[in-house]
Amino acid sequence: LVSPHGIGVRDDQALMLVFDVLGVLQSPDDILNAIHTCSRLFGALLERGELFVGHLPEEEATMAGSGGALRKYKVWMRHRYNSCCNRLAELLGHRSFKIKELALCTLMKFVQLEGAHPLEKSKWDGNYLFPRGLLLADSSLLISRFQEYLEHDDIRYHTMQATVDLVARVTDTHQQRVPPMFWNNTFTLISAVSLPRQQSDISNFYVKHKAPPLPALVFQEHKHVFEKMWFSFLKHKLPVSLYKKVLVIMHDSILPHMSQPSLMIDFLTSAYDIGGAISLLALNGLFILIHQHNLEYPEFYRKLYSLLDPSVFHVKYRARFFHLADLFLSSSHLPAYLVAAFAKRLCRLSLTAPPEALLMVIPFICNLLRRHPACKALIHRPSLTTDPYDMEEEDPAKSHALESCLWELKSLQRHYHPEVAKAAMAINQALSPHEVSIAQLLELSPYEIFEKDFKKEESGPVPLEFIQPQGLLGRRGDLCVEHFALD
Amino acid sequence: MGKARGKALGSQAGVQRAKPPANSNPFEVKINRQKFHILGRKTRHDVGLPGISRAKAIKKRTQTLLKEYKERDKSNVFTDKRFGEYNTKISPEEKMMKRFALERQRNNEKKSIYNLNEDEELTHYGQSLADIEKFNDIVDSDSDTEERGMLSAELTASHFGGGGGLLRKKTSEPGEEEEKPKSRKELIEELIAKSKQEKRERQTQRENALELTEKLDSDWKEIQFLLSHKTPKSEKKDKEEKPKPDTYDIMVRELGFEMKAQPSDRMKTEEELAKEEQARLKKLEADRLRRMLGKEDDEKSKKPKHISADDLNDGFVLDKDDRRLLSYKDGKINQEIDDPNEEGKAQEEDSEGEEDQQPDTEDSEESDDPDNHSDLESNEASEEEDIETENQKKKHIHAPEKNPSGGNQKAMIEAARSELPYTFAAPDSYEELKSLLSGKSTEQQLVVIERIQKCNHPSLAVGNKAKLQKLFGFLLEYIGDLATMTPPDLKTIDKLIVQLYNLCQMFPEFASSSVKFVLRDVVHEMEEMIEIKGRAAFPGLDVLIYLKIIGILFPTSDFWHPVVTPALVCMSQILTKCPVMSLQDVIKGLFVCCLFLEYVSLSQRFVPELINVLAGVLHMATPNKATRGYTLVHPFKPLGKNSELLLVSEKEDMDTWSKKGLPLSKVNGLKEGSKSETNHIRLSCICVCLNLIKRCLAMYNTLPSLPEIMEPIRVLLTDHIPECGYPRELQELSQSILQEMGNREETYQPLVCEKSKPVPLKMFTPKLVKVLEFGRKQGSSKEEQERKRLIHKHKREFKGAVREIRKDNQFLARMQLSEIMERDSERKRKVKQLFGSLATQEGEWKALKRKKFKK
Repeated sequence: LVSPHGIGVRDDQALMLVFDVLGVLQSPDDILNAIHTCSRLFGALLERGELFVGHLPEEEATMAGSGGALRKYKVWMRHRYNSCCNRLAELLGHRSFKIKELALCTLMKFVQLEGAHPLEKSKWDGNYLFPRGLLLADSSLLISRFQEYLEHDDIRYHTMQATVDLVARVTDTHQQRVPPMFWNNTFTLISAVSLPRQQSDISNFYVKHKAPPLPALVFQEHKHVFEKMWFSFLKHKLPVSLYKKVLVIMHDSILPHMSQPSLMIDFLTSAYDIGGAISLLALNGLFILIHQHNLEYPEFYRKLYSLLDPSVFHVKYRARFFHLADLFLSSSHLPAYLVAAFAKRLCRLSLTAPPEALLMVIPFICNLLRRHPACKALIHRPSLTTDPYDMEEEDPAKSHALESCLWELKSLQRHYHPEVAKAAMAINQALSPHEVSIAQLLELSPYEIFEKDFKKEESGPVPLEFIQPQGLLGRRGDLCVEHFALD
Repeated sequence: MGKARGKALGSQAGVQRAKPPANSNPFEVKINRQKFHILGRKTRHDVGLPGISRAKAIKKRTQTLLKEYKERDKSNVFTDKRFGEYNTKISPEEKMMKRFALERQRNNEKKSIYNLNEDEELTHYGQSLADIEKFNDIVDSDSDTEERGMLSAELTASHFGGGGGLLRKKTSEPGEEEEKPKSRKELIEELIAKSKQEKRERQTQRENALELTEKLDSDWKEIQFLLSHKTPKSEKKDKEEKPKPDTYDIMVRELGFEMKAQPSDRMKTEEELAKEEQARLKKLEADRLRRMLGKEDDEKSKKPKHISADDLNDGFVLDKDDRRLLSYKDGKINQEIDDPNEEGKAQEEDSEGEEDQQPDTEDSEESDDPDNHSDLESNEASEEEDIETENQKKKHIHAPEKNPSGGNQKAMIEAARSELPYTFAAPDSYEELKSLLSGKSTEQQLVVIERIQKCNHPSLAVGNKAKLQKLFGFLLEYIGDLATMTPPDLKTIDKLIVQLYNLCQMFPEFASSSVKFVLRDVVHEMEEMIEIKGRAAFPGLDVLIYLKIIGILFPTSDFWHPVVTPALVCMSQILTKCPVMSLQDVIKGLFVCCLFLEYVSLSQRFVPELINVLAGVLHMATPNKATRGYTLVHPFKPLGKNSELLLVSEKEDMDTWSKKGLPLSKVNGLKEGSKSETNHIRLSCICVCLNLIKRCLAMYNTLPSLPEIMEPIRVLLTDHIPECGYPRELQELSQSILQEMGNREETYQPLVCEKSKPVPLKMFTPKLVKVLEFGRKQGSSKEEQERKRLIHKHKREFKGAVREIRKDNQFLARMQLSEIMERDSERKRKVKQLFGSLATQEGEWKALKRKKFKK
């Protein structure tokens, strides 16, 4: 596509060309070149100020009405510019990533130029188009491209504002059935938003204004919009996977940037009540609120106690949970019955745990016993022959844990993994007064355990089996022979 | 006056304290009087001897400073190199001795350290001492000494003539060297040369005589027996015995010199052999138990090696008897080490199929110590046997057989044996082994591997050990390949296990490391999958086979084992990280459970994953329900598409089902069989699961928290399984399990900590604190104190040095003054002299003049 644009734009020919270009932009092929051409054409026009400035009148009205030819031309050109922008916005939903990316870049260029040469007084609008197009289609790549622009403070500010509007609009239009893709895209976008730490950091503007618009300049305003954006996002019913993602980043990228973190209480407590992995994740945010913002949470420990179920040793967030649980139970002012209940329940659950979890939880339990000498009765009670502990009881106070003993650890002393067995042997003697740090045990993976065993050096010769084999499955009467057949 | 008295009194105190020399003059002693006496303070400078110290200082200065002063303008230096000249500590005699020794040493010093021939030879009577020490001079006849005693005229003349003789001799023989009169040195050299020549001549003479006597001796012996009557008495006896030895005497001699029969050379009965074998097994078992309890380290560290006071420390242990035991077998002496045939036969039996159920004594012994000397011979023997005739082979094969089908198999092996070449090179790569084995029947493969082992036995050549080690790795790989085929060739694997076991016994280190690396690959693969997908798929049949092989090759009951422990972790990972997606996965899971149970069957260790999986499998066999009453653990989900995987609803399939082993070969790819077939497999799975539960129950009977561990299974068995209408056999099985659970009495034993050692009483040792003196800066840090101390010291030293320099200068000034005075007085004296002489001259002249006037 050869286009002699930009040289004599006022010529009739060039004017006709604008239609051609826009036509090509509509057609499916050669879009890339058309976008390029548009970008340069309108870029030049914007810089020369050949587009109508001010509130745009109706096209037909202007054409029909009296007015200077120049004015008519400008109005007409402005309309073409608008239609071009609309088309580019539509192209953001194109199949090809190249076209999408180019369209995005072109639009951002227009935004910049428009900012430098404002078309409408006192309104900075260019941005409102994007997020919508970005968010409705499957465009995680495009969003990551857009994230580069988010480093600029003004873009970020307006994106946040636009997101708030958009979420409201989309939920209104779709009513109950909002596509999950939308939520995912929205999350990808807004999770990339990271506010600067303080006012003085706001200096990086995409559009070079002489006097930037006021709200984008104030840090407090940024915070406010940030908060609004998250609330507008979180007040809707989200898919479970997204819930988890939000909770994962909650404590270090959302809460610190909020002007009023305590507003998150409702969200977090409801998440905490859901149960399972989501509750585990909500713990972290709740902890920050309790610790730094004076949140009073009734029956927190009871809730924490009820979180302990067999899955706790198998979920992905095990390390995070136990790190927090260690923090919560580190206070020496906790009543002994509570700590005993926790210790006993963990012991009970450890009967189904894999070795990597056991290596962590046994020192954890021992630490609990060390912190609370009253609980030492759990491992030293010379006269007790029945287990009064009630596993089903929700309330740690009524579980009779303090009257029980940790026989489970005794069972674990016969665990097949030598390290676990050794760790469980610790209760045979009186516990040493110093706590064992479990920080490096939290992230232990089975692969690491394997590697450790693998690399361990054997001092003597390798012991060998001395019974001669009689085939793959063994002798008659062996377990394998009884239950499996070779053919 | 009073002052003097005070001094005298003080001096007495000084005498007591400082112990000055006994003859000290009290007036030379200066007392530094102290104002106050302070207890515990050491005073070092309370008594001074100013006179003595001054004299010392002056003496020192005259020795050093004055010397320097006098030599101030001289640039050349005189160094005295005489040994110990200025060392007053050495007495003069000693000094002379040392000097003499040094001189000798200097003379004898080697010119070059590399010249070994320059060694000083020690002599005695002109003969080298080394020669004398050989004592080869047998015939030391008297003539020699006579000769030595003889004095030649020449010798005496030269020795005692005072040198005059030599000169005289020179004059007496003028004919030879008339012109050149010999110098004394030349003369002496000549003398020495002559005497040496004489000596040499004497020696050759002696040797000749010796030779002659020896020759005479031998000649004499030859003709001796001819003159039998006149032989000396000593030789008579020998002569008598030699010609006609008495048979009785011979017998006696022989019996006397013959090796005494060893006390242990006793026939061993079958029972004893069995007992020995039992003892060996018992020892191995005890070893295993010790490792199981993880006591190895303790024992090693303790090892109370008691040494008796009478121990000579010569490494002799009485109660260990290394001697071979004589035993009889089949009417022949069974010399375990010396009889290659027997060994070869044993090995042959060993490798041929393993039909006999009882492990042969020799077999196991053979495999136990591969370094046995017999290996070499036995292998050669067996190779020979390979080439031997058919007849002889049959003899071997008709060894005790108990398997009725053995005959048939024997024939097949025989066929395989005859078809294949006898020697195989050890494969260098896996491909090589594969090409060797591919396309052959199981029996042929076995024979090939057996022959590779025999041809490359470590005792035959140096590099064979490495070759066979490699063979182990290749075999392992080959087994993995066989297992991944569809359908897997499990029969061959089944047979190859024995070979693998034998190789493992030979090279435990290598075998363990190669198995470990296989395991690492498996775990690594799973870890990668978990990282990408969050879960892993059940590994293939080859991994399961490897795990099983580990259980066969290594003792699984050890507390810690370099191979088995990682394998256990790997199995745990399989059970916890791999969700069950299909019926194959159930079979695999159950197989791993079965392996786990086998691994811990001796040590009876607790495996939480096992219970989880068994409960999960049972859960799959029950219909989903809203209320469960139990919780499932991770890879199993209470609801979902796989939660009813094992549920069988068809009634007729249940009726037609009969108990069968689960087919391992189906694991690789389950063909879509008929529905009833699938149902049968499902029922078999449930059956296996129940059986395993029963086994667990029996094994964990002593665990204190068994009810809690078994709780989910109990709920499943009581509430859910009976409703499904499974075949009677299964129902009965589950009922019996429940009964067993009910039978178990509550065995909560109270938990009691071991009593810790009582904390020892605190000992009140005195606390040592550094006593700080008054006047010192206190409370500063150690560095600061040290710095201050150094500054103080420096100040004092500086002062001392300044004082010394001042005194030096004074001394020098004194010296210069005295020099000047001396010079002046000399000049005055001379001037006076001059004046005197002049005065006399004048006087004389005046007197003369007066005379003249008088005249």
